[in-house]
Amino acid sequence: MLPIREGFILSAVLFVLGVIGVLVRRNIVFVLMSIEVMLNAAGLAFVVAGTRWRQPDGQVIFLFILAMAAAEVSVGLALVLELYHRYKSLDTDVMNRMRG
Amino acid sequence: MTIVFYTAGTIAVAATVLTVTRFHAVHALLYLIVSLLAVSVIFYDFGAPFVAALEVIVYAGAIMVLFVFVVMLLNLGEQASRAEHALLTPSMWIGPAILVAILLAQFVWLLVRGGAPPAARAEIGSVEVGMALFGRYLMGAELASMLLLAGLVGAYHLGWRKAPKVEVTHASHP
Repeated sequence: MLPIREGFILSAVLFVLGVIGVLVRRNIVFVLMSIEVMLNAAGLAFVVAGTRWRQPDGQVIFLFILAMAAAEVSVGLALVLELYHRYKSLDTDVMNRMRG
Repeated sequence: MTIVFYTAGTIAVAATVLTVTRFHAVHALLYLIVSLLAVSVIFYDFGAPFVAALEVIVYAGAIMVLFVFVVMLLNLGEQASRAEHALLTPSMWIGPAILVAILLAQFVWLLVRGGAPPAARAEIGSVEVGMALFGRYLMGAELASMLLLAGLVGAYHLGWRKAPKVEVTHASHP
């Protein structure tokens, strides 16, 4: 018998670790990595649910999450490079001033 | 099956905790890759081999390579040689290496012991996923392709640097 409930618990634990990373870390690269952890945990929940009901839908949604993560990371890392070029720092506290 | 799930889940949680708490970005990246590989083993254990392969190829391969590129781009200069020196110390890679060795042992054990997947696992293979993806979810697949195109164009636009102006107009206009 597959450990369905434990799979969801693992997904929740990984998601909360990602949330902690986003809230605690100040380096913007670490924030992006924590977002990746959260997306991966959500995908794990979808795949576990798809296994539970024996449908391929969960894996299809995981593919969508994968495509979304790839697009998000490419734009996010381009923004990180631009911010580093502009502020010479990766600290998010340095970048909390808006123009205006 | 259960022992594989619990071991891989423990490795995933431990590697994620180490990802969040490391100070050095390359350490954190290595542990994040270990976490993704552990989740991939869990996918295989849950009877989703197609998604497990995609997790390794796309997540641990492509996306993490992007991260590694950016981290390496951001500490150029005199720090780079010291960082390169630090990469070669055993304290840097011994933790991820041990965790990945455990995952590899699990994967080999799954392949050698089982051969065919056990009947209780009810594997959902790539055929069913492909039928669903290009059947019911065809519009979603098209939207995902458009999203990837938008990401490509956005990343290109953000990374585009203006070429330095060449003073041609003044010279041709006496």
